[in-house]
Amino acid sequence: MGWFKRSPWILHYNATSCNGCDIELIASLTPLYDLERFGIINTGNPKHADILAVTGSVNEKSTQVVRNLYDQMPNPKVVVAVGICATSGCVFQDCYNVQGGVDKVLPVDVYIPGCAARPEAIIDGVMKACEILEEKYAQRKKSGKLAES
Amino acid sequence: MNELYALIKSLSVPERMLAFVILAPLAGGLLSGIDRKLSARLQGRYGPPVLQPFYDVMKLLRKERIIVNKFQDFPIVLFLLFTIFSGALFFAGADLLLTIFGLALAGTFFVLGGFCVSSPYSHLGAEREIIQTVAYEPMVILMAVGMYQVTGSFRVGTIAHHHAPLILYLPGVFAGFLYILTIKFRKSPFDLSMSHHAHQEIVRGITTEFSGPALALIEITHWYEVMLLLGMVYLFFAFNPWLAVVMALATYLFEIFIDMNYARFKWQLTFMSAWLFTAVAGVSNIIVLSLMR
Repeated sequence: MGWFKRSPWILHYNATSCNGCDIELIASLTPLYDLERFGIINTGNPKHADILAVTGSVNEKSTQVVRNLYDQMPNPKVVVAVGICATSGCVFQDCYNVQGGVDKVLPVDVYIPGCAARPEAIIDGVMKACEILEEKYAQRKKSGKLAES
Repeated sequence: MNELYALIKSLSVPERMLAFVILAPLAGGLLSGIDRKLSARLQGRYGPPVLQPFYDVMKLLRKERIIVNKFQDFPIVLFLLFTIFSGALFFAGADLLLTIFGLALAGTFFVLGGFCVSSPYSHLGAEREIIQTVAYEPMVILMAVGMYQVTGSFRVGTIAHHHAPLILYLPGVFAGFLYILTIKFRKSPFDLSMSHHAHQEIVRGITTEFSGPALALIEITHWYEVMLLLGMVYLFFAFNPWLAVVMALATYLFEIFIDMNYARFKWQLTFMSAWLFTAVAGVSNIIVLSLMR
C-alpha cells in the first residue's frame, strides 16, 4: 500500500521568484483544481512536509534558507522545482546574483517547466513526486535505515 | 429502541473499555474524513477521500522520527494515554468527574509537549492552548454538575440510564457545552493553538516541532477525544439511544458548519465569549434547576 503517494504534504518556498509560479501553485489548491482531492495539503511547516516545492532562481540569501528548510524535513523527502526559473534560471541564468536553478543547491527530483508553470503541470509534477517519494521510502526500507531512525 | 442499550449492557466493564480503545479511533478517523470531505463540498471543492485521515496517519508513522530533545515525545505519549484512560472510564460507565479531570490532565501534557521545545511558534501555540483550556474547562465541569442535579449521580452509567430526558432540564447547559465543543474540536472560530486548515498564522502552533510518528499520535489522540466528547453529547439525549446517536452526529455536523462559516477569533474574544456564554447559559440553568428543587 503506497501511503506516501496518498498523503503528500507540500511545503512551498519562494526563492527569488517573481510570484507568478507561487500564484499558480496556490491556484492549484483552489476549487477549480483542488489539489486536496489527492490528499495533498499545503503546510507551512517543514517538519510536517514530504515535498518541498521551490519557485524562483535562488539567490545568495535564499540559498541558506532553502538548505535549512530541506534539512528540517524528515525523510523520505522530495524536491520539486516549480517553473523555468527554478529549473534552470531561465533568462536570469547569467545574472551575477542568482545561482540559476534549485539543483545548484539541492538534489531536485522533479522539474516543472513553464513561465509561469500551469496548475495542470504543477499537479502532474507533484503526482510524479509522489511516485519518487514511494521509491525513496522503499530504498530506505531496503537499506535498513528505518530501523535506526 | 432499546437494542443499543441492551447491547451496551450485555458487555462487561473491561469489554466496554476494550471496545472503546479499539473502535473509537476507527470511528473518530472516519468522522474526521467525513469532516474533510464535507468541508471541501461546502467550499465547492471535490475533497479528499473519506479515508484520508487514516492515510495521513499511516504515512506519518512511516516518516523519519526527528526529535528536538529526548523529552519531546514523552508528554505526547502521556497525552494519548490519559485521553484513552478518561475515554475508557467514560464508556465503562464510571465517574463523570474523573473522566473530565483525566481529560484536563491529558490536555496539560499536550501543553507541556508544546513548551518543552524551543520554537517560539510552539510556545505561542501552547500559551493559546492554555487560554483555550481556561475558556472551556468551567463549562465542562458545569455540565457534570448539571447532570448530577438532575440524576443525583456522577456515574456515567446511572446518568445514561436515567428515565427522564436530560436535555429538557439542561437546555442552557447543553447550549453552553455546544459552544465550548467548538474549542475542543479545534474548529474555526477557536482554532487558535493549531489549525487543520491550510491557512496558518503561527506555522502549526503547538504541533510545529512534532513530526512523523509523534504527529500521528496527536492525530489519533484527537480522534479519541472527539469520540469521548460526542459521548458526552449522547448523555443529554440518553433516554432514547437512537435519538442520542443521531443528535451526537448532528452536533458534529453543526460544528463543521460553524467551522466553515467563521473566521478565527482573537484569544481575548475567545476567552470572554466562552466565559460569558458559560455564565449566561450554564450557570443560570443550574441556578434555575436548584430553585426548582
